[in-house]
Amino acid sequence: MIREYTTTVEISGPLMLVDRVEGVAYEELVEIELPNGEIRHGKVLEIDSRMALVQLFEGSSGTDISRSKVRFLGKQVELGVSVEMLGRVFDGQGRPRAPFDTAPPIVPEKMVNINGAPINPYARDYPAEFIQTGFSSIDGINTLVRGQKLPIFSGNGLPHSIVAAQIARQAHVRGGEESFAVVFAAMGITFEEADYFIRDFRSTGAMDRAVVFMNLADDPAIERISTPRMALTAAEYLAYEKDMHILVIMTDMTNYCDALREIAAARKEVPGRRGYPGYLYTDLASIYERAGRIKGRKGSITQIPILTMPEDDKTHPIPDLTGYITEGQLILNRELHKKGIYPPMDVMESLSRLKDKGIGEGKTRGDHADLFNQLMAAYSAGKDARELAVILGAAALSPLDQKYMKFAEEYEKRYISQGDHENRNIDETLDLGWELLKLLPREEMKRIDPRRLDRYWPVNDRKKAEVS
Amino acid sequence: MIKGTIDKIAGPLVVADGMKDARMYDLVYVSDYALIGEIIELKGDRASIQVYEETGGLQPGDPVVATGEPLSVELGPGLLTAIYDGIQRSLDKIREEAGDWITRGITIRGLDHEKEWNFKPVATKGLEVSGGEILGEVPETDVIVHKVMVPPGVEGEITWMIDEGVYNIDTVIAKVKESSGEIRELCMYHNWPVRKPRPVAEKRAPAEPLITGQRVIDAFFPLGKGGTACVPGPFGSGKTVIQHQLAKWADAEIVIYVGCGERGNEMTDVLQEFPELEDPKSGKPLILRTVLVANTSNMPVAAREASVYTGITIGEYFRDMGYSVALMADSTSRWAEAMREMSGRLEEMPGEEGYPAYLGTRIAEFYERAGNVKCIGGDRSGALTVVGAVSPAGGDLSDPVVQATLRVVKVFWSLEARLAYARHFPAIGWLDSYSLYTENLKEYYNRELGDEWVLMMKEAMALLQREANLQEIARLVGAESLSPEDQLILYTARSLREDFLHQNAFHDVDTYTSIIKQKIMMEVIMHTHSEMEKALLTGVSPRELFSLPLKEEITRMRYIHEDNLSDISAIKEHVTLQINDLIAKDQIA
Repeated sequence: MIREYTTTVEISGPLMLVDRVEGVAYEELVEIELPNGEIRHGKVLEIDSRMALVQLFEGSSGTDISRSKVRFLGKQVELGVSVEMLGRVFDGQGRPRAPFDTAPPIVPEKMVNINGAPINPYARDYPAEFIQTGFSSIDGINTLVRGQKLPIFSGNGLPHSIVAAQIARQAHVRGGEESFAVVFAAMGITFEEADYFIRDFRSTGAMDRAVVFMNLADDPAIERISTPRMALTAAEYLAYEKDMHILVIMTDMTNYCDALREIAAARKEVPGRRGYPGYLYTDLASIYERAGRIKGRKGSITQIPILTMPEDDKTHPIPDLTGYITEGQLILNRELHKKGIYPPMDVMESLSRLKDKGIGEGKTRGDHADLFNQLMAAYSAGKDARELAVILGAAALSPLDQKYMKFAEEYEKRYISQGDHENRNIDETLDLGWELLKLLPREEMKRIDPRRLDRYWPVNDRKKAEVS
Repeated sequence: MIKGTIDKIAGPLVVADGMKDARMYDLVYVSDYALIGEIIELKGDRASIQVYEETGGLQPGDPVVATGEPLSVELGPGLLTAIYDGIQRSLDKIREEAGDWITRGITIRGLDHEKEWNFKPVATKGLEVSGGEILGEVPETDVIVHKVMVPPGVEGEITWMIDEGVYNIDTVIAKVKESSGEIRELCMYHNWPVRKPRPVAEKRAPAEPLITGQRVIDAFFPLGKGGTACVPGPFGSGKTVIQHQLAKWADAEIVIYVGCGERGNEMTDVLQEFPELEDPKSGKPLILRTVLVANTSNMPVAAREASVYTGITIGEYFRDMGYSVALMADSTSRWAEAMREMSGRLEEMPGEEGYPAYLGTRIAEFYERAGNVKCIGGDRSGALTVVGAVSPAGGDLSDPVVQATLRVVKVFWSLEARLAYARHFPAIGWLDSYSLYTENLKEYYNRELGDEWVLMMKEAMALLQREANLQEIARLVGAESLSPEDQLILYTARSLREDFLHQNAFHDVDTYTSIIKQKIMMEVIMHTHSEMEKALLTGVSPRELFSLPLKEEITRMRYIHEDNLSDISAIKEHVTLQINDLIAKDQIA
């Protein structure tokens, strides 16, 4: 049943108040016909027995009170899905996005509500399959697994896009030749950034197995709220109905949150921290929690949301709440970037919560966990020594501290740092870790199980290591 | 039955007209989907309802039906091994009914009413009973005997008692004639409103520690059985790992784990791991003594608010049977945020950071439901220990939820980002954390571990505190320029940190350390300290002393199995031997 009204009484920001409506449902999809015939979209944000508050996806410029027609479509916001989506570029509402995509709209296999439904925790399968990204700083230290949500916390001017594109290009599961696709959601990023991704996808052939949803910086801000949901709906369809393994990259979540704040402000809600609405956590969770694996279904959804931290501040509400929902975070560090280290991964502050189930015998290698712990401890000690050296001068350090300092330098230069087309496999990464540890005395290997240490670093190896 | 109609819908809040006779906190069914909700405000004949399911698609004019009953849980055999959502719907049943995603309007009762249990009567005909008295027993799992009790509030003479046999929970098992002359028919379960604490005969101060097998907790910041603790920390500092470790290893008979607004994958982890993990005492799977309540962050926010109450009510029920129960709530911040969201929708005047003004009261009420108690209806003691994780914004402890929690809890485990970055886990900071139970528990420790335990811990803590001061000086002048005694303090403190406080939750042996092993480990470290102290007096150089190979042996003691504790004790002799050798060598030279 379609009902049309011209009873708009108020327009403020992206919101429209329509009076004397009947039979309208909460979250219903709305179509607004402007006097010039242009069609806009929106959804019902609040409803009582007389009035409906409508949120306009494309903003309110050009709408008017007396002549704009408001039609309630009797359904919620939906996305038409089909395997034909692969290789296509859509806008924030699921229409082909020129100039990246000029082909006609797809013929949907079915329509799906973009809000999705929460996965029953009982139906979830624990993510445990190691994804090799080819980055030592990820694979060796903050291992990514299938079904995980691992955001990149970045800052303005840091190379997060290059890192994300490289992950999209290199990511694969060891020994598996299963169908794999990337769903890319861009929210409020610039044309240049978007163009970089699309060109990278096209040049490497990744575009054939990619679905792109694009809302650029000059597109309506409110559309950003539906963009990630569109992308995840497409991802769920491909993962759970077409048995594909999907990597969802969403950039930039900061723009998404700002759009949410804009709506909250227009509704005159009581603001939480920094003006963001009190339900920001719940709202972000409804996006991030759509990652996962489901028992008895082949496909999976792995998410890499990217966000730029305002002023590199990790305690800003957006990174803060994201970190509480996602299973860890990869943090890019400005200091490392200035030193010329790519990727400028801050391995100390980064964390992958699911790595423990994804590493070890049969997944990566038996020595991975101990090696990881030891590398982290040694790097931490090395950084402490480096700080000390700044105050005291390197000469004043104890011989042990000097070794640690040397280790930290080498670790950054050889382990963290790698080329933007260098794809290291996990064995290379792990062996490199052992090689670097041998810069230190053997008895410092406190985090390594003695049996394992004997195997990878036999005692008679000690002299050799010390000489070298 | 009161019937009204929807007037307004805004997110999880629905306002209904025509609800004049409804009561606060009554359960209601909203719309033809029969979504479950709870009345949280009444104004004239308008009721504000928080709805526990998604409200998309609802329309003004849809019906609302009030049941006249408050939100309750079913308490009886079948709770253990269950996994519930925030309003006690079994998630496995939801999956059977609705598939892999949680859809709306599913009504599932908390307990299985078909399943038959082996009931063995304990009470007999003619007995005068009151609330809490045990009517009979049901072996609910291999490790827990479920005690079927007279529901609180029922009192009178048993006029009929069923024979031993196999029945479902709807079968009447006893009839009680109350003083009013009314005959009450009792079955194996009863309902209890979640927001109402279950009565106890008497509350007592905790006198026994809850042994957790986590060295930093048991040795330095112990939690009493029936006590309360809070674990605040920024993300990535290991709150959830600590909660999991406690759920796995704490020596409570029953564990209630409430995943409140947290990650779906984490709940899956618990779900998959607990049936496989063995309880160190019984050797049986941990899940047999566990109840899980999971309302993940993407599940409806109002049900998240209810989940902690559902969890604690179940906890109180097992406490009433005389069990020691530990409840982990991860995370109470999400619960507080759910309150904030509902409060905002109700347009209440906000308190600090938008949280409602009654935040502190609600938190205090919740933690007050913990306790070491004498149960009603018989001579039993039970304990309900509550550990709440708090996730403060930006890890900032001035957060209103942290502050309100610290006002009521007695143990504070301060998680520090600094330690987490250095991969020192558990990242419980030893300088800021505290336990107010150390005095209460002294008697227990003196009895079980000898008088030296408390002294030794004090001494070790003093060393760690000295280290913090010395480190600042060392940073300025270099560790080498400190006096040999001070260098030794740094040496021993480092050993305490790395060999004792640091514990690997993912190593099969290191994950759990018995209190006896903790004592022996600590003895080795402190023995080494005093031997070295003596050696320094003879003029041995600190550098030589600290590079003795004994270090490696001490490092490895945490990995020594509980069965071979004498191997750890033996280290003490090796230490003395090595140090004496060094002194002798030094003197010859």
